[in-house]
Amino acid sequence: MMTWMEGLSDAMKLVVGVGGVLLIATLIAEALRLKTRGQPSAVIDNLVARIRAWWVMAAVVGLAFACGRNGVIALFFLVSFFALREFLTLTPTRKADYWPLVAAFYIVLPYQYWTIHSEWYGMQALVIPVYAFLFLPILASTGGDTSRYLERTAKIQWGLMICVFCISHVPALMNLSIGGLDPDIERNLLLIAFLVIVVQSSDVLQYVWGKLLGKHKVAPQLSPSKTWEGLIGGVASATLLGAALWWITPFSPLQAAGMALVINIMGFFGGMVMSAIKRDRGIKDWGHMIEGHGGMLDRLDSVCFAAPVFFHMTRYFFSSAV
Amino acid sequence: MIRGLVAQGINGIIQVLTGARALWDGCEPSAHRRVYYGNHASHGDFVMIWSSLPKALRPQVRPVAGADYWNRDPVRRYIISRVFNAVLIEREAHKRTEDPVKTMARAVEEGSSLILFPEGTRNTEEGLLPFKSGIYHLGRECPNLEFVPVWLDNLKRAMPKGRLMPLPLLCTARFGAPIALTEGESKSDFLARARDALLALSDDPSATETGLSGEDTTEATMATKPANTIEAGTLIGTEQAGRKREGA
Repeated sequence: MMTWMEGLSDAMKLVVGVGGVLLIATLIAEALRLKTRGQPSAVIDNLVARIRAWWVMAAVVGLAFACGRNGVIALFFLVSFFALREFLTLTPTRKADYWPLVAAFYIVLPYQYWTIHSEWYGMQALVIPVYAFLFLPILASTGGDTSRYLERTAKIQWGLMICVFCISHVPALMNLSIGGLDPDIERNLLLIAFLVIVVQSSDVLQYVWGKLLGKHKVAPQLSPSKTWEGLIGGVASATLLGAALWWITPFSPLQAAGMALVINIMGFFGGMVMSAIKRDRGIKDWGHMIEGHGGMLDRLDSVCFAAPVFFHMTRYFFSSAV
Repeated sequence: MIRGLVAQGINGIIQVLTGARALWDGCEPSAHRRVYYGNHASHGDFVMIWSSLPKALRPQVRPVAGADYWNRDPVRRYIISRVFNAVLIEREAHKRTEDPVKTMARAVEEGSSLILFPEGTRNTEEGLLPFKSGIYHLGRECPNLEFVPVWLDNLKRAMPKGRLMPLPLLCTARFGAPIALTEGESKSDFLARARDALLALSDDPSATETGLSGEDTTEATMATKPANTIEAGTLIGTEQAGRKREGA
């Protein structure tokens, strides 16, 4: 009872904190807009659109949290679905890939989330890396079309790994038994909040630092707006934020900082890798569903890379269960 | 009433399944009589164009469909005739009781706009099949009629011909600038021009423009080539890879 009360109040503190930050961001954006009155500015319009989208995203995540375990699983199932559809829309396949695609959308995706719902960790870790990896190419080969075969099967497998396997590690955090107890949903939801808040803040702070000080590009070929100043400033400040959020996690402040550092760096490289794919495909955004941000994958590329690593570090170091 | 609901239902399915994104690049929606002509890969094609239009315009926009296919059973007949108020034409010459061009021209004269697919059948390959001459003759019958090219992207993958289960991939309808038959233009010239106007929409010139969304794009001019140059036409769906600009 006591822990539940604590969890609830921690969650409320977090809600107030996130709301406060968004409020401040909104006020800053509106002030900037007033200042540049008369001159339409694309950057500020984009900023306003982004902040508005953040309110919506925060509300959606908050609502899912309020619905509890099933709400969170449903939310990330949908997130995976939208991400996978963006990914496979932009990575062309051929007619012969019809059945692998049917299997990816209608069997593998739901099944992965089923394994999380039923707390079947073994299968959660195997469905996509082993079974999808083996069976989807078998299905593709029955189509009888060998042109660009390896490339096509790789695209589908990659889409599933990034959009379904990796993202599903966010709700999978709910299944972890921290400190030998049965999974405590309230506390584990806060673990999800820690991951999402830290990684997303890192994205935002890299953007802010980059805009303020950015000069030296990290990888102009891959992502022209990523600078060393943005990277270092963003990762450092988001790591401090992670340390400051230690009280919602099973980590000590120092451990929280370490975790935050690792997921921020993974998140940065996630953005980099996904950028490389976008550049290769000749596109700038994965989609259009989040105004000002682009598609679902544009917002989540960092989470995709951070989530599995965060999950396994937490599982290895802090969970005593099987 | 029921027809309206069925139409809304089919519209809703297409929206949810494909995202049904409409890009008005070359023109705006208009109540003018027009012929929307597109590339044809699936049965979702005409619904895609139809649902891209503002609701108020939809009742006067009629798809042109092959009678032989759509009259084959009562369900198809109900959907095409009653729900979408299609202009049915007979594709096989020996079964015709009326010249299809006359049928279409009459619908236009009655004030309707049309949706038609000049390839004449669903194309399972890349690019476009040769155009049938119907649009040329229709242009002759109805002078000043606007022909609006509409490139439909990805429906080929989302609803492949002969497959029952659709795939939830994102699809786009890109509306180009209208063309019209000019004085004395020959059949082959007009058909070539119409075909080129449609094909031009499949290759997006705006792919390298600076956009406003996405972290990487706010200040960057992208140093990339459109995907089409990478795998020119070898893979289904390459056409849409270079896409970006959102219609207003």
